[in-house]
Amino acid sequence: MTLDMAKKGQKIFIKKINDEKIKVQAIRLGIYEGAKVDCSLKIPFGPVILSNRMQEIAVGRTLARKIEIDVIKEGA
Amino acid sequence: MDCCSGIKIDIPKGHKKLVLAGNPNVGKSVFFNALTGMYVDVSNFPGTTVDVSHGKFQDYVVLDTPGVYGVSSFNDEERVARDVILYGDVILNVVDALHLERDLFLTLQIIDMGKPVIVALNMMDDVERNGIKIDIDKLSRLLGVPVIPTVAVKGKGLEEVKNNIKNAKVGIIDDKIKGYFKEYKDKVEHQSEALMLLEDDEATSERLNINTLGKREEIYRLRRERVDKIVESVIIKEGKGNRLRQKISSLTLNPLSGIPILILVLYLIFKVIGVWVAGDVVGVTEETIMVGYYEPFIRKIILNLFSENSFMYRLLAGEFGILTLTPTYVIGLLTPLVIAFYFFMSIMEDSGYLPRIAALVDRVLSFFGLNGRAIIPIILGFGCITMATITTRLLGTKREKIIATILLGFTIPCSAQLGVIAGMIAPLGMKYILIYAFTILIVFALTGTILNKTLPGESSELFIDLPPMRLPKLSNVLKKTWTKTVMFLKEATPLFALGALIITLLEESNIIYKIQDMFKPITESFLRLPKETANAFIMGIIRRDFGAAGLTELSLTPEQTVVALVTITLFVPCIASIIVIFKERSKKEATLIWLGSFILAFLVGGILSFLIV
Ligand SMILES: Nc1nc2c(ncn2[C@@H]2O[C@H](COP(=O)(O)OP(=O)(O)OP(=O)(O)O)[C@@H](O)[C@H]2O)c(=O)[nH]1
Ligand SMILES: [Mg+2]
Repeated sequence: MTLDMAKKGQKIFIKKINDEKIKVQAIRLGIYEGAKVDCSLKIPFGPVILSNRMQEIAVGRTLARKIEIDVIKEGA
Repeated sequence: MDCCSGIKIDIPKGHKKLVLAGNPNVGKSVFFNALTGMYVDVSNFPGTTVDVSHGKFQDYVVLDTPGVYGVSSFNDEERVARDVILYGDVILNVVDALHLERDLFLTLQIIDMGKPVIVALNMMDDVERNGIKIDIDKLSRLLGVPVIPTVAVKGKGLEEVKNNIKNAKVGIIDDKIKGYFKEYKDKVEHQSEALMLLEDDEATSERLNINTLGKREEIYRLRRERVDKIVESVIIKEGKGNRLRQKISSLTLNPLSGIPILILVLYLIFKVIGVWVAGDVVGVTEETIMVGYYEPFIRKIILNLFSENSFMYRLLAGEFGILTLTPTYVIGLLTPLVIAFYFFMSIMEDSGYLPRIAALVDRVLSFFGLNGRAIIPIILGFGCITMATITTRLLGTKREKIIATILLGFTIPCSAQLGVIAGMIAPLGMKYILIYAFTILIVFALTGTILNKTLPGESSELFIDLPPMRLPKLSNVLKKTWTKTVMFLKEATPLFALGALIITLLEESNIIYKIQDMFKPITESFLRLPKETANAFIMGIIRRDFGAAGLTELSLTPEQTVVALVTITLFVPCIASIIVIFKERSKKEATLIWLGSFILAFLVGGILSFLIV
């Protein structure tokens, strides 16, 4: 599945980022293939907010469709 | 080629370059101020120090760089920071202790360059507040460089940093990356250049004319793994995060609460700026001071030098005089408005609210080929289109810059104009206000959608860091408002003067009257407005609010008023904005935008008049 399908509160595993440009930039912010992050919020039809420790990142919806993920843990 | 291609800074003999580097909003500028005693922009939104400030500390020349997540060439800030960091002698790396996993990436990259580094572990107050504990000695050992805990805003640890600059050390370089350096050993002068080549930096590769190996991703991953390992081993106790801040943060992001909050905030801002500043304050600064005292004063002086019917008099002190209209406009009208706008923008930046607005509106703007970041020039546009057009620089692609520039030039009324428009439309009642607002909104949406569908290429997508919500510090907000205002006025004043000059020349050569004649048939038959309206349009070419103000002198029915106001809103951006558009975009694009807004304004005005007049 892709990141746009993630739900609020889920812990997710990032499998693949299908956007070369974002891929290298995202590594620097802690989002990379193999990373485990939380989906802390979803703005309806809008960006997905990922968080990793204190770090929060907003990912546009179209971009989220290019990121393949697995759900590790369901949210509360 | 020694320091900072593009930026010319004199380095006195025997002085070393001490470069401040770090992620956005970590406190670099606070350190810079503390070291040099000079004053610069202190802010909270990624990438506000677009220029490099420099000053002196002992026998170092200190350079403050824009905040970046890494050294490379992904955007303007990075290009500027890269050129400075690459050739620095000592690096003071400011790290946000709350965001180690993000910030240490840059730290390790700088260490891999083989530069002497000292780390200031800043924001320790936030770390404590969140109940986090960091093993600082261990961090220092793992990095191989001195690490000093600081709370820059409270001055804590600053002395220690100052005393330890001389102890900056070359850190521990990743073994694998070290191995790769052999490739470039004899080809480049600096290890920092070798690292850039290893990371496929196009600019460095082009400049040195050396090919790259396509290893960027591998190296970034190696570094990422090392960062994650370090973070894992130095965090002794993980915190819970600040509940209240998280609550506020999610309230601003969730549309159900976020949209009302946004509307309320914008309403308050426009209440203050649109009513109080644009009305009362400008009434004093423009009317009383500039028109009442300054202009007669300067006219008297010029009259001593030139006679009243001379060209020179008209050029300097005439209706559009360089010494009359320009200062009145810039000092009397623009300065108060620009200060007010930058003040509110600074509060929104420093509080961390602005990137959240960007996330909130991202979806809507995506229909127009923009991402959420474009909200910044759009909001600023309601202040001054010239200022907003300059800000389109921060957008990711050329495509987005063009779309934003066009939307600003076509549809957004600046605050000066909005003031006059509000004054004319408010007495007509709600119905006409709605007709006006809807028409403009529809044109905005249609223009955006059409541009998005027709312009080639792709826009960049939103991928932004959301900094923690913070209570902004008034002193920082004021400093920043001031720096930005000064920067804007420096950039814009010559343009306004140039605009005034052009208009005077047009008038002297009678071209302006020909344009006026050209307009008459359109205004009368097509827009069904009195022919004198043409004068208002001519004025609108110079200053948007002049255009609107010109309408107040005519006797119009309510329907005609709305048509005239819609047309004048969509009409060409003021002369200063158009000069900025010519500077920022190509001549061809700028010409098209200018002509396009003529056509659009009359077309929409005509349709509206057909429907309601
Ligand atoms: N709580 C806290 N806030 C700090 C500290 N140091 C700086 N700040 C605040 O962090 C914000 C950013 O500071 P700046 O000095 O503008 O950061 P910068 O790194 O120069 O930012 P850019 O130039 O935009 O990359 C300001 O609002 C400061 O008041 C600190 O130690 N603790
Ligand atoms: Mg700064």
